[in-house]
Amino acid sequence: MEKQNLILAFESSCDETSVAVIRNGHEILSNVIATQINSHKRFGGVVPEVASRHHIEQITICIESALQEADVTYEDLDAVAVTYGPGLVGALLVGVNAAKTVAYAHHLPLIPVNHMAGHIYAARFVKPFEFPMMALLVSGGHTELVYMQADGQFEIIGETRDDAAGEAYDKIGRVLGVPYPAGKVIDEMAHQGQDTFNFPRAMIDEDNYDFSFSGLKSAFINTVHHADQIGETLDHNNLAASFQASVVDVLTSKTLRVLKQYPVKQLVLAGGVAANHGLRERLQEVLPQEFPEMELIMAPLKLCGDNGAMIGAAGYVQYQHQQFGDAALNADPSLEFDWMPGMLK
Amino acid sequence: MKLLAIDTSNRPLSVAVLEDTTILATTTTNIGRNHSSTLLPIIENLMAQAGLQPADLDRIVVATGPGSYTGIRIGVTTAKTLAFTLNKELVGVSSLAALAGNVVKEGQLVVPLFDARRDNIFTGLYRIENHQPVSVIADQHVSVTEWVQQLAQYPEPLVFIGTDVEQYATDLQAQLADRFVRAQAQLDLPQATVLGLIGRQLPPVEHIHDFVPDYLRLTQAERDWQAKHPEKEHAPYVEKI
Repeated sequence: MEKQNLILAFESSCDETSVAVIRNGHEILSNVIATQINSHKRFGGVVPEVASRHHIEQITICIESALQEADVTYEDLDAVAVTYGPGLVGALLVGVNAAKTVAYAHHLPLIPVNHMAGHIYAARFVKPFEFPMMALLVSGGHTELVYMQADGQFEIIGETRDDAAGEAYDKIGRVLGVPYPAGKVIDEMAHQGQDTFNFPRAMIDEDNYDFSFSGLKSAFINTVHHADQIGETLDHNNLAASFQASVVDVLTSKTLRVLKQYPVKQLVLAGGVAANHGLRERLQEVLPQEFPEMELIMAPLKLCGDNGAMIGAAGYVQYQHQQFGDAALNADPSLEFDWMPGMLK
Repeated sequence: MKLLAIDTSNRPLSVAVLEDTTILATTTTNIGRNHSSTLLPIIENLMAQAGLQPADLDRIVVATGPGSYTGIRIGVTTAKTLAFTLNKELVGVSSLAALAGNVVKEGQLVVPLFDARRDNIFTGLYRIENHQPVSVIADQHVSVTEWVQQLAQYPEPLVFIGTDVEQYATDLQAQLADRFVRAQAQLDLPQATVLGLIGRQLPPVEHIHDFVPDYLRLTQAERDWQAKHPEKEHAPYVEKI
């Protein structure tokens, strides 16, 4: 039997502290997640200093639980992986310093992982990747199309020019009085309503692969404020449905456009907003119509949000390529993939 | 007892490896590089020079603040994780006490001070007794004006210590007159050797999981929220999912 590979993986880039144990890059032995949502709900969004303070409260508890639930000891481990960016710098620093310390204490190699690579590799728990592959990454901080020629190779083809899709959800959630994080509730409301407001589909016909959501957000807020001023009550479910229809239309049409230009074997949907049912259903519907040969891999619902398991899966690929960091590893809050050559305007 | 001591509370960074009361290796810098990049390489280097493996340590001592929130988190995360992962003893010492410990004159009153911006400081009053800094007025976040009032009842000379004293020296001297005594510049940097010698005598923490920095201040967002919701509790704020 081939020797098994075990990676202890850390994630602390935003408001979840997570530590996981991953076997051979695609098997979850444990994935402990401590979420701070209940704390940041007080403030209507993530407060970075509060997040950092929670991370340091949780970090060793998460390590202990992850090892216990996986039923492994430090001697069994092959490496330590950690998110070093992008994210909130103070939050990242807790995971980075804890991971470096565990690696030093137990003489293990350290694998610095890009958080967005982690999101893509959440889909690796569904099935093996085949290349070339395209990933639609949608989260609270990012909305981007990423082309992958091989494992561990990421090239941005398009991204949002302003707000990330998840950010737009949180902002219109505030207008509708939906507590942070608004995505899940808006998604549910959208399923109860109809697209009656016909909000703009920004850049949908433009010949590029970029997104924009700030215009939609403004149109939404103006519509609600105007109704408030003239004392009209708008149906919140229809508002949510109309907003979501615009977001899903733009994401889907841009993705289909990019897939025509870059034929791939698989399309991966990942990131926090990949948990959105409207988006999942639409891609499941249109992809087989437009590209019958192409396979759609959606990150499992449980792994769409931030978690250590996805960092372990991405870290495993780097382990195979011996891409290790050292004791001087620092957080890089604005880390991003390179653009595909020729794509950057 | 083999002991590693870490202080990253402010711009200076100090690490020391001790065996009982013998200092084996130490490094102190004040160059403003990112502590997250420099701390572990310095620990590795000093441990290697001392011929020690991480597992050889018996105890980790760390300065728990007050100070830069990010700075103390880097030191405390490293110390807490190291102690937890190797099942070693962990001791926290006030960053102000550690700095006050640079003064050796028996009976001397010492005022360690870190800038906290907008005319506020992190400070406390200590007296050197049996070569140890003993707290006289507790560590706090306070305005310079209010701090001077608290110090009024002590007619003795007060030795002010820390690199940030300079920016408040004129003010302090004006109000405290000849009770204001400036420490010599070589005492202004915290020394992990002093931290280690203080920490070796203290009882280790019982629950490593609960060990967090002493920020001495709530965040602005939490203060605002508490002011608006005096009776409300939303805790637990963190949940395992």
